[in-house]
Amino acid sequence: MSMQQDLAPTTGDEVIQNYTINFGPQHPAAHGVLRLVMELDGEIVERLDPHIGLLHRGTEKLIEYKTYLQALPYFDRLDYASPMAMEHSYVLAVEKLLDLEVPIRAQYLRVLFAELTRIKNHTLNIAHHIIDVGAMTPPLWLYEIREDCMAFYERASGARMHAAWFRPGGVHQDVPLKLLTDIAEWLDDRMPRLFEDAMSLVVDNRIFKQRNVDIAIVSKEDAIKWGFSGPMIRGAGIPWDIRKSQPYDVYAKMDFDIPVGTRGDCYDRFMVRVEEVRQSVRIMKQCLQQMPEGPVCSDDRKVSPPKRAEMKQSMEALIHHFKLYTEGFKVPAGSVYVATESPKGEFGVYLVSDGTNKPYRCKIRPTAFSHLQAMDFMSRGHMLADTTAILGALDIVFGECDR
Amino acid sequence: MTTIAHLIKTFTLWEFVKAHWLTLQYFFKPKATINYPFEKNPLSPRFRGEHALRRYPNGEERCIACKLCEAVCPALAITIESEPREDGSRRTTRYDIDMTKCIYCGFCQEACPVDAIVEGPNLEFATETREELFYDKAKLLDNGAKWERAIAANLAADAPYR
Repeated sequence: MSMQQDLAPTTGDEVIQNYTINFGPQHPAAHGVLRLVMELDGEIVERLDPHIGLLHRGTEKLIEYKTYLQALPYFDRLDYASPMAMEHSYVLAVEKLLDLEVPIRAQYLRVLFAELTRIKNHTLNIAHHIIDVGAMTPPLWLYEIREDCMAFYERASGARMHAAWFRPGGVHQDVPLKLLTDIAEWLDDRMPRLFEDAMSLVVDNRIFKQRNVDIAIVSKEDAIKWGFSGPMIRGAGIPWDIRKSQPYDVYAKMDFDIPVGTRGDCYDRFMVRVEEVRQSVRIMKQCLQQMPEGPVCSDDRKVSPPKRAEMKQSMEALIHHFKLYTEGFKVPAGSVYVATESPKGEFGVYLVSDGTNKPYRCKIRPTAFSHLQAMDFMSRGHMLADTTAILGALDIVFGECDR
Repeated sequence: MTTIAHLIKTFTLWEFVKAHWLTLQYFFKPKATINYPFEKNPLSPRFRGEHALRRYPNGEERCIACKLCEAVCPALAITIESEPREDGSRRTTRYDIDMTKCIYCGFCQEACPVDAIVEGPNLEFATETREELFYDKAKLLDNGAKWERAIAANLAADAPYR
């Protein structure tokens, strides 16, 4: 076929075919390295094909070559918007295999920081959802909250993001003396003030509503069929929360509500997250009120290393220290699946142990993967500009999706 | 009544008026941002930054080449070779950290039985070339000399929790 023929003058009544465009992988609204191949009819999305795997780092395979302790920092790097929630699933899975008792203070600290992580994650997601549909000021205020969360992370663990603070048997170190009072003050004053101010700018704003209400309605049946969890399924109106249905650590003692949506659109998913932040504040306050004294890590010396002072004094402690940091601990053979309610939904870890010091297999059940597969049916028939709102309300992070 | 109130709010652009009033209040509040290279946020004693190899106050190297840090490093960033010194004590002849591999998990400083390798408070060690981030023993000991005062204060502050 020659080019001349194609460029011949037309009569003007030809039917123009749909055209295909790439959204990403370097689009600022793609929330990471997502490539969406879109088939458009004018501005209407006819078909949408998410291409993933651009951030694949082989974490699952890598973990098979690490001891149980060494595998832990890799979980921070899955969903890097909520690191401690990722560690939570993993340490619970290892503890279940070991049948290990966790001190009560460690459980409270874990719940406290898991909820801090939820605030950290949701403020990021809410901010990015808002920024994707065109507002600028609320994200800037929400980033102040996030910055405070990171400062608390840093004071507890020494890192602003990749904490590696939850350990099989408890947490790594006790929190510094003043940290808990500082968190309590923050929860009483600064955090709700900034958050409610930022939210008052958008929740009743007509432009924000025009961009989100009735966009990508997901029915209850569809939400179950597509394997939704977390704010996505709650946005569709199903009060499903693993913290309530299968409580882990001390969530059974916590009093909190599960927000649900009524219409299942992007606005509902957004508002579910907003309300979850308020509920997280409630849970954190209860944790702080009930926080018991005591050890923060299991005293089973075959799993958790001894304190430093003890290690310098006792030969046996020194031997334990050396064994745990070289060979690691052995985990009884068996398999276990543990899911926790991470800020984005059900984050599960399936561990298979063959009785050695390294996992035989570690399957990670990411939330973003099952949410992203629904992108096609959610976007169909909507405008090109709506995909950013839909993607913003999905809350996906590619560290976790691509693993 | 509610419909009338709703109508009034719609036609007076009430939510925009409210939002503008709020942002105007924030406009006159102190800024949340800081002037970075000149102002910095405080760091906790636990902060895990650039690595350093420490010495005892008498100038002797702390590291005894037990290689725990090499064994525990999840990213395999540490390489150690050791030999007995002339006086018979066991010391490293090579202590390399590939800072491009390091994931700053802090396991090396946790594992070190003599507090020799530590992650200090320095976070401004960006370089122009990749090769400059392959730290050798001399560079790490030099870091230790440079940051010893801050590192010792941090370790002392964190000692009750370790």
